[in-house]
Amino acid sequence: MSHLATDVLVVGAGGAGMYAAIAAARNGAEALLVDKSMISRGGATIMAQMTVAAAVGHQEPDHWTHHLADTIEAGRGLCHEELSAILCREAAERIHEMDRWKVGWARKGGRMTQVMAPGHKVPRCVYVDFLNTGPAVAKCLRTQVAQGSGITRVGGLSIIAVIVRDGQAVGAVGLDVETGEPVTIEAKAVVLAAGGLTKLYRRNSASINMGGDGYALALEAGAELIDMEFVQFFPIGHLAPRLVGMDPIMWDPFRYKLGGRLLNGDMQEFIHRYGASDSGKYTAMRDVTSYAIIKEGEAGRASPHGGAWLSFQHIPERELRAAFGPVIDRLLKNGIDLLKEPVEVAPIAHYHMGGVRVDAEMKTRIAGLYSGGEAVGGANGANRLSGNAITEAFVFGERAGRFAGLYAQNRRQAWDARAAAPVLDRMRAVAARETQGRKWTDSPTGRMLAELQTVMWDQVGLLRTGAKLEAGLARIRAMRAELDRLPFPAETPFNLALLDWHDLRASLLVAESVAVAAIARTESRGAHQREDHEEMDPAQTYNQTVELAGGALRLGKAPVVRYPFQLENAVAAE
Amino acid sequence: MSEALNSGSAGKTMTLRIRRGGPGETPRYDTFEVPYQDGTSVLDAVMWIHGHVDPSLAIRYSCVNANACKECMLLVDGKVEYACTARLKAGTMTLDPLDNKELIRDLVTDIVPPKERLRNILAERG
Ligand SMILES: Cc1cc2nc3c(=O)[nH]c(=O)nc-3n(C[C@H](O)[C@H](O)[C@H](O)COP(=O)(O)OP(=O)(O)OC[C@H]3O[C@@H](n4cnc5c(N)ncnc54)[C@H](O)[C@@H]3O)c2cc1C
Ligand code: FES
Ligand code: FES
Repeated sequence: MSHLATDVLVVGAGGAGMYAAIAAARNGAEALLVDKSMISRGGATIMAQMTVAAAVGHQEPDHWTHHLADTIEAGRGLCHEELSAILCREAAERIHEMDRWKVGWARKGGRMTQVMAPGHKVPRCVYVDFLNTGPAVAKCLRTQVAQGSGITRVGGLSIIAVIVRDGQAVGAVGLDVETGEPVTIEAKAVVLAAGGLTKLYRRNSASINMGGDGYALALEAGAELIDMEFVQFFPIGHLAPRLVGMDPIMWDPFRYKLGGRLLNGDMQEFIHRYGASDSGKYTAMRDVTSYAIIKEGEAGRASPHGGAWLSFQHIPERELRAAFGPVIDRLLKNGIDLLKEPVEVAPIAHYHMGGVRVDAEMKTRIAGLYSGGEAVGGANGANRLSGNAITEAFVFGERAGRFAGLYAQNRRQAWDARAAAPVLDRMRAVAARETQGRKWTDSPTGRMLAELQTVMWDQVGLLRTGAKLEAGLARIRAMRAELDRLPFPAETPFNLALLDWHDLRASLLVAESVAVAAIARTESRGAHQREDHEEMDPAQTYNQTVELAGGALRLGKAPVVRYPFQLENAVAAE
Repeated sequence: MSEALNSGSAGKTMTLRIRRGGPGETPRYDTFEVPYQDGTSVLDAVMWIHGHVDPSLAIRYSCVNANACKECMLLVDGKVEYACTARLKAGTMTLDPLDNKELIRDLVTDIVPPKERLRNILAERG
């Protein structure tokens, strides 16, 4: 059996994982940075094109406590305010550090350019020109990881389970994507930085590796999740015509700037019918916009692919070119001419507020098990400000790596092969069910993933009711049982179908945890919208936790952590 | 994936010939009839085949829409292209793995930097 040993194992090599590896290494630990895809390429970080929020105050005077106030306001009473405060306080430090690493933040006259984004009261969001933020960030961190000493990178290794012995994380078991063989890894500490879960939804902005593995790994290791009911849907994600090479959420700033018109399938404006004014300006709140698009669809007035039209045709060409710049040409390459035709947009699953429950050191309740990035829940409460997610990857990734590194110092390995045996047995049993040499005409795993995405979209999606959620939960539970009988091929190397099977196993567990949390929250708050409970209920101002107990998911309640911050004190203290 | 392929609302079909098998095997081409619309990418089609027709088909990709991961390179009618930016067209198109990289299987080649390749790391320190 293949075996590796390290001080700190970092699971996932996006922004959070790469930062964690760097921080673990500079705090005296040896780090093993693994990803199921290639290093820095597999997740959301490299796909993000927009902005990163941090109160660096280069554009207008700003302070991290203002950023905190905006973050808490967006979170609708549920932010873990200690985590939010850490996020906002350390954001600038990370932005400046990456600046020294030459990430290339856009600048004018020696100062970083910062732009407005919805929910921020001052221009606070830095970026890399032109729509290049994510790729630049990924490349910058990849270079730091490669140049730093003490970090070993491994691509093509999918982590299947964290191994826990006597309440302490002692390593993990992974699947070698190329050979399909298990690999054991002993480690003094493990950092989960495996990103989000938006691939669970039919319409998403996800890569293939965003099926929620990190949450499943945490649950099965005995850690808790928090706020799982809060999935962020982006109201006007790109739907059609087919668009490649552009962030599907790119329309937002342009609509904001130029006043793109939202039209239903009959080419009529409709936002005003849902109690919001739109009038050619992007003033309607995000949740109202999503709601209105879905309701128009239910009334039979969707655009051809099931969304709404977004039109810029009323805007003079000169103005359009000035605003879109080189983007116009990228769109033309995709066969989209904004002067001649509208595009179709629809809500898409974009980000997960919920995630692994951690303390201020990014530690879970399992000793030696840490988490960072989108995998972590709590800092954004019921709704996230745009630009806060990449910040969270940097800040929480760095902290997770730092505290895991410090924890690993002067500690001995506690690996025990017996603790890993049940996972290895399970992987062997799965591999034994592979079907050799069959002529396929259908993909059972593909069909199940598509069904899961449809169930999540229709029943555990944007507009929820108790009845729909219960039906969705029942189906997800049935699928978990069916998964154990699904046949899949044995062709190797690079048996993608084996990976699909393990991905599905994790995704179903995570989907169930979203559904149970959504059922229990009988109110509408932030991203969690219940049509049968339309109001926010002050009595439900608590966080929900999810854990695995005896093989079943168990819900709990936790009081919201408040941060006693007063602007004057915070400023004075610095 | 393209909403059109997912929802089955694509109108037209075309034919994809895809090179199958691993190193040392006699090259063989499998033929698939694929639904498509204007703009459907080669990657959409390969994902559709893997998810609906033949789960044993192997390809490497991550980002699907963003053309950011740069993992999906292959030969489309003999030319090097990203599967996610190459578009389907009427008639027949042929897909091959990159011919200047070590073949792993089907459309997958070894493009992983040697320093992050598991096989090498296991050999060094496993
Ligand atoms: C299209 C898009 C645009 C966005 N735009 C913005 C923006 O403009 N501003 C902003 O602030 N946020 C944006 N976001 C959100 C933001 O990009 C993410 O929240 C953030 O990058 C997450 O970083 P991460 O490191 O936590 O996760 P990721 O970057 O997703 O990395 C997670 C990694 O873990 C790996 N992994 C998963 N499971 C396993 C496993 N079992 N074993 C091994 N490895 C595994 C994945 O392959 C992946 O490489 C956007 C997201 C998307 C999808
Ligand atoms: S909307 Fe800006 S982060 Fe997704
Ligand atoms: S799938 Fe990522 S670049 Fe083609």
